[in-house]
Amino acid sequence: MGLTCESCGRGVLKKKFNLKCGEEYVIALAGNPNVGKSTVFNELTGLRQHTGNWPGKTVVNARGNYDYKNMKFLLMDLPGTYSLLANSVEEQVARDFICFGKPHATVVVVDATCLERNLNLVLQVMELTDNVVVCVNLIDEAERKGIFIDIRELESELGVPVVATVARDGKGLEELKRRIFNVAVGIQTPSSRKMKYSERVEEAIREIEPKIDKLLKGKLDARWVALRLIDGDKTIVDAIHEHVYYEKAIEIDGRR
Amino acid sequence: MLLSDIKKGMKVKVVSLKSTGLSRRRMMDLGLIPDAEIEVIRKSPLGDPTAYGIKGAQIALRIEEASQIEVEKVERKERE
Ligand SMILES: Nc1nc2c(ncn2[C@@H]2O[C@H](COP(=O)(O)OP(=O)(O)O)[C@@H](O)[C@H]2O)c(=O)[nH]1
Ligand SMILES: [Mg+2]
Repeated sequence: MGLTCESCGRGVLKKKFNLKCGEEYVIALAGNPNVGKSTVFNELTGLRQHTGNWPGKTVVNARGNYDYKNMKFLLMDLPGTYSLLANSVEEQVARDFICFGKPHATVVVVDATCLERNLNLVLQVMELTDNVVVCVNLIDEAERKGIFIDIRELESELGVPVVATVARDGKGLEELKRRIFNVAVGIQTPSSRKMKYSERVEEAIREIEPKIDKLLKGKLDARWVALRLIDGDKTIVDAIHEHVYYEKAIEIDGRR
Repeated sequence: MLLSDIKKGMKVKVVSLKSTGLSRRRMMDLGLIPDAEIEVIRKSPLGDPTAYGIKGAQIALRIEEASQIEVEKVERKERE
């Protein structure tokens, strides 16, 4: 096995974050600001956490460990963002981690009191990966406001596991760990619902997606990259150069 | 009417966004989509930026951003 650990395709992660492949499951924690993401993170990892910076960025990075069913999990707390479209350094960090770090599962924490605004990020994450678990937090606050969420219905609409939590009181976190486990280990393979765009956009996607796929060879979701290019997002091209070529360089290194 | 002209306590809804490309997308990511209701929560001492309540979150926008958003008044209804 070379430096890249090609078997799990997590070369970038391993190199940049000094992760051990095959020994632990990597879980990303995403969410809008102020939804209780850090509370979920602290409840799951307790004191087993470190903070630092994201490589080359001034954005704070927290990661922590927990065990579940004798398996080790590494939880990466991503910056709180409304979007993954790289409007800011924080969004870029979150996007690049989900995109190039290839976590075994991404948990999106959402605020039950304003679900609609939070679903924007959920849908964006689901465009990048199928391995998503949605954690609907602040259920107590929502109930106080007379908002009741049909978790099973939301789950069937989104096509990914959905768990209700009151993170501040530790409620629902066992179930969250169980659902994360199922997705990370592959017991459950979610089929996240993809957004359909207007026919004009879908046609443009059909035109460029196969070409992108040929270039990226399955390293990234080609439909998602096509959408970014149609959006006119130049940061994705730079990110692909940085991460995919970086990975290639180590691969070559590893074979020597 | 532009969002930048709205006084504190007034309730409006989005009619259209004048910005294009990624800045338009950024506005939409913040919840500024047609018919979304907005209220002014707080103006900073110099009047810029302003904190708006949009779909359950507080979002600060600068005048340059708020002036790209066309809004109209929402009829006041007793909702509670
Ligand atoms: N009522 C209630 N408050 C919560 C819950 N989860 C977190 N909080 C509180 O919400 C606030 C923001 O939480 P934090 O974890 O810092 O949010 P973050 O910005 O997403 O990391 C804190 O005061 C938490 O104690 C919950 O389930 N219910
Ligand atoms: Mg936090």
